[in-house]
Amino acid sequence: MRKDYIWVIVAGAVIGALAVVLVKLGNPANMGFCIACFERDIAGALGLYNWEKPPLMIRYLRPEIIGIVLGAFITAVAFREFKPLGGSAPATRFMLGMFVMIGALAFLGCPLRMMLRLAGGDLNALIALIGFIVGAAIGVLFLRKGYDLGRTQRQGRLDGYILPAFMLLLLILLVFRVQFVEGGPILMSPKGHPGGEGSLVGFGLGVLISLIAGLLVGFFAQRARFCTVGSIRDFLLFRSTYLLAGAIALFVVVLAGNLLLGDFHLGFANQPIAHTAHLWNFAGLMLVGIGSVLLGGCPLRQLVLTGNGNTDSAVSVFGMLAGAAFAHNYGLASVTYENMWGQVVVVIGIIAVIIVAWINCRK
Amino acid sequence: MVEVDVRGQSCPIPVLRVKDAIEQNPGEPVKVITDCHDSYENVSQLARNKKMSIEESADGDDLILVLKPA
Repeated sequence: MRKDYIWVIVAGAVIGALAVVLVKLGNPANMGFCIACFERDIAGALGLYNWEKPPLMIRYLRPEIIGIVLGAFITAVAFREFKPLGGSAPATRFMLGMFVMIGALAFLGCPLRMMLRLAGGDLNALIALIGFIVGAAIGVLFLRKGYDLGRTQRQGRLDGYILPAFMLLLLILLVFRVQFVEGGPILMSPKGHPGGEGSLVGFGLGVLISLIAGLLVGFFAQRARFCTVGSIRDFLLFRSTYLLAGAIALFVVVLAGNLLLGDFHLGFANQPIAHTAHLWNFAGLMLVGIGSVLLGGCPLRQLVLTGNGNTDSAVSVFGMLAGAAFAHNYGLASVTYENMWGQVVVVIGIIAVIIVAWINCRK
Repeated sequence: MVEVDVRGQSCPIPVLRVKDAIEQNPGEPVKVITDCHDSYENVSQLARNKKMSIEESADGDDLILVLKPA
């Protein structure tokens, strides 16, 4: 094994192991981590989608997300890699972030959760993986044609602090259980997270464990440059197996954990938080694949980059929060064959991101 | 010497540009200017894969790599 692969393999293994632990402590099945779902939970907790209506399972200021950003931020500062850079087509990136979120919620998971679902035996995730690879390949096609959103510029220090500071604020709101409106935001689902109902741990410990798990992911993902879409993109572009090694390590560890704990259930039907509309599982993650290549990284990588001071990634994260709000307000999530608007918006998303890719080709 | 300025370019465009420069100028050294640590790591990895030697230096805020064929 090559020495420079150690970081990425350790990163993949640690993220996988933490995912297994978090499910045991209360996170939903095959959802130890899901960047899209957890950002959606944050949008829900903030009341960005119709908070008077159920489902109530999806509202929580996820300490995992807060931890990933703060962990990456602390690591970047400690290693003197923090540098505020941005200004490369921010509005385009906001829109790409929105569509990546809508695609992920159509399938019910970001690429990271797709891997966790696959390692839990959920074959719908295999269909999604094929869609994701096709999407990444389309993105690579445009990269070869000279796709480029333009150069970033050095930004003021404050700009780089905005998203980490926003995450810190969310942590304060969570810890002090702030409520702005009676029965309204900040909202919190009774279960589905460590510290919730039926969890092995109480609220405070649940928050702490999720936060530490996030901080660890932030640290390892920052050091290793871990990225799900990058693993496919770099293999297609350069035959580089660096990021792929990390993704495989993650998959193997989660698969082993699930087999050991009896949480591996092979099949399409009755999978936890999943649906069997194959076409939309495929199309949803195809949209995520194209969008993520165009953004320069998967949803997890976007979070980590914000910790490095990348303000373009901060814009894409805010775009994802907005995308989650639209998806749940307009009933676009969990796209099945009956869900017409969900289908329409996924198709519009695919067309929109391809137009973005086409117009920004510079050859 | 061929010079590739990848400052401000996001992943994976720096590696793509450097790879093109290496392939279009076989046997020649390539100078890379970058302002981001990730690009620096990724370009170094490419150079190692191509068995090229790497000379590093810093110029203010920028990192400079000179890649030489073995």
